[in-house]
Amino acid sequence: MNTVTDSLTLALGLIARADAQLLAIVGLSLRVSVTACAIGALCGLALGAWLAVASFPGHRAAVWLLNTLLALPSVVVGLLVYLLLSRSGPLGTLGILFTPTAMVVAQSILVVPLIAALSRRLVLDGLADGGDQLRSMGAGPFTSALLLLVHARLGVLTVLLTAFGRAVAEVGAVMIVGGNIDGVTRVMTTAIALETSKGDLPLALALGLLLLAVVGLINLLVTALQGSGGGATAREALA
Amino acid sequence: MKRDEPVLAGPAPRLLTLKNAGVRFGEVQALEGVDLTLRRGDRLALVGANGAGKTTLLRLLHGLVAGRGRTAHAVDGRPLVAAMLFQRPFLLHLSVRMNVLLALWLRRVPKTERAARCARALERVGLGALAERPARALSGGQQQRLALARAWALQPDILFLDEPTASLDPSARREVENLIEQLADDGVTLVFSTHNLGQAKRLASRVAYLEAGRMLTDLPCDLFFDTRQPPSAAAAFLKGELPWT
Amino acid sequence: MAGLGLLASPLLHAQDKTIVMASTTSTDQSGLFGHLLPAFKAATGIEVRVVALGTGQALDTARRGDADIVFVHDQAAEEKFIAEGFGLKRLPVMYNDFVVIGPKTDPAGVRGIDVNAALTKIASAGAPFVSRGDKSGTHATELRYWKAAGIDLGAAKPKGYQECGCGMGPALNIASSSNAYVLADRGTWLNFKNRGDLAVLVDGDRRLFNQYGVMLVSPAKHPHVKVALAQQFADWVVSSAGQASIAAYKIGGEQLFFPNVGQ
Repeated sequence: MNTVTDSLTLALGLIARADAQLLAIVGLSLRVSVTACAIGALCGLALGAWLAVASFPGHRAAVWLLNTLLALPSVVVGLLVYLLLSRSGPLGTLGILFTPTAMVVAQSILVVPLIAALSRRLVLDGLADGGDQLRSMGAGPFTSALLLLVHARLGVLTVLLTAFGRAVAEVGAVMIVGGNIDGVTRVMTTAIALETSKGDLPLALALGLLLLAVVGLINLLVTALQGSGGGATAREALA
Repeated sequence: MKRDEPVLAGPAPRLLTLKNAGVRFGEVQALEGVDLTLRRGDRLALVGANGAGKTTLLRLLHGLVAGRGRTAHAVDGRPLVAAMLFQRPFLLHLSVRMNVLLALWLRRVPKTERAARCARALERVGLGALAERPARALSGGQQQRLALARAWALQPDILFLDEPTASLDPSARREVENLIEQLADDGVTLVFSTHNLGQAKRLASRVAYLEAGRMLTDLPCDLFFDTRQPPSAAAAFLKGELPWT
Repeated sequence: MAGLGLLASPLLHAQDKTIVMASTTSTDQSGLFGHLLPAFKAATGIEVRVVALGTGQALDTARRGDADIVFVHDQAAEEKFIAEGFGLKRLPVMYNDFVVIGPKTDPAGVRGIDVNAALTKIASAGAPFVSRGDKSGTHATELRYWKAAGIDLGAAKPKGYQECGCGMGPALNIASSSNAYVLADRGTWLNFKNRGDLAVLVDGDRRLFNQYGVMLVSPAKHPHVKVALAQQFADWVVSSAGQASIAAYKIGGEQLFFPNVGQ
């Protein structure tokens, strides 16, 4: 328990001091994961919508594959992306290994299956409710799917927050493709891993608490934004 | 939205024809051997027990379901425009106005006309003041009126309605029936299914009775309900529904 | 928009003077780089980006061309690397030492004796011993000591011998929580905060000295490596300025690395 109370004090101290190096690390964590989620959202929502309405030979296999990829370990994604981006690999000439760009690539790959699988479910549920009626209004299958995502936008937001949580909390992928280079590719999770391996457990836990605090702040912001536009939902619920 | 109708010497132009039409879902033959000609100005009511095929027939006529024997005819050289109302309208989590605009967008109504058509349609059904409210916050009757506005804005040739007032309380039902009648007076052809025979009597010019996927009777409204006629195929059904006959 | 900036940044950085150095976690965690590299950057304007891995992984990274320069401490593996054609000449730079760490109570009774005798006693006592087991320089050294003590790990591992496949810090964590013996480099130990009941029991034996070498990755195998910039680092670290900087690095007043260019 001493370690935990030590870390709480440490965490508060870190926040109070607003150490420049720490701020840089937090900033990089957020930039990498937010960018990855944005890319993941574009690809994943489109993929999920398409899989919900498409029918082609091998469709069931594709859905099975998607659901299986939900369990893709982050360290495996890291390895695969590393082999891709290594100078000895097919995309080596891009020269982006050990840079934040590589980290964005890896995390995007990590979150796309998650976003696709969950948004597919949202679309399927929406189609059960109103697919027929949308069709009778002249909407083609893919248009219906996209409209249903707009319709279920609160659900979509939850999906994106889940994806962000997965991205910002993972360490396996960013460690391998980023290299945890001080000042360049060190993010919160790799910093935590480093301090743990150095035996500085209170600091590691403190950084962990800090990570949670940052994500908590983001969730507050999102809820507040929703609140201004989502008052409608509250009124609906009461009507 | 009155149309200038030429005074025709002959019968009104055909809009849809079904000839020995049928619909099959896997093992089940939901509809079989249906012959029907829908002409402009018809107000056709479909009656029958649950599972008789009324909904399937409506969907076949609208083109929502695949089947054989259906022909749509061009109107004034352009393709037929049809819209459909369901017992419980599916409204998106958007404002009342956006739901109508969406329907206009889906049917590729030119951008310049959308706002005006939307506003007129909402006024017509009495929802003008509620245009910015979330559609899902409306009462059952208001939602069905929104669905009507959504259909009206498209200026359809035919309006299909699948038990449009079954979920509504009596006053909402009356409001919606009035609006449907106004639509028909404006020249929209109606095909609607209903369990409410009073509604059929009030709104229909023609009544068709379905049983087990077949259309057994297709008569002008007053003939259908005339008890002095020899018993029709629908007699038993009518007796069940109208115990005083 | 920040995201796009993120994606464009490697292109911008191509203009900066940077090289990637593959080194070991023990060197990195000793804190030497935090002291040495800023001095190098001040002298030459070149930023060195350190990717810290186990020795085996570091050399493999260089073999794949993902690093410009290698700085590890396993002479045999380094010479193999050069023989394979992946590296240009190897330059000795400095040495530090290994220590045998164990519980203060010292059940195997190894305090103050030489490393061979210590390992023999640990094996016969069946005392718990944590090995890194990760192809690192430290691991390779550990294996050589067992061999020199006449114990064949391939035939039969001593009772209590456990391999974690991990870095120095995690290995120390395990030793600390299970009161086991472990071979560590002094640098990581001095920086290690989770000591529990552990203490240094065997040190000073010449055999425990750990030699570091620097090698440039060969442009013959990987034409894209930044040979010129990497050469500047090699030149600097063996120069009097570099060697002085190494000697000046201390933890708790103790010098950790001993420059020995030309030896």
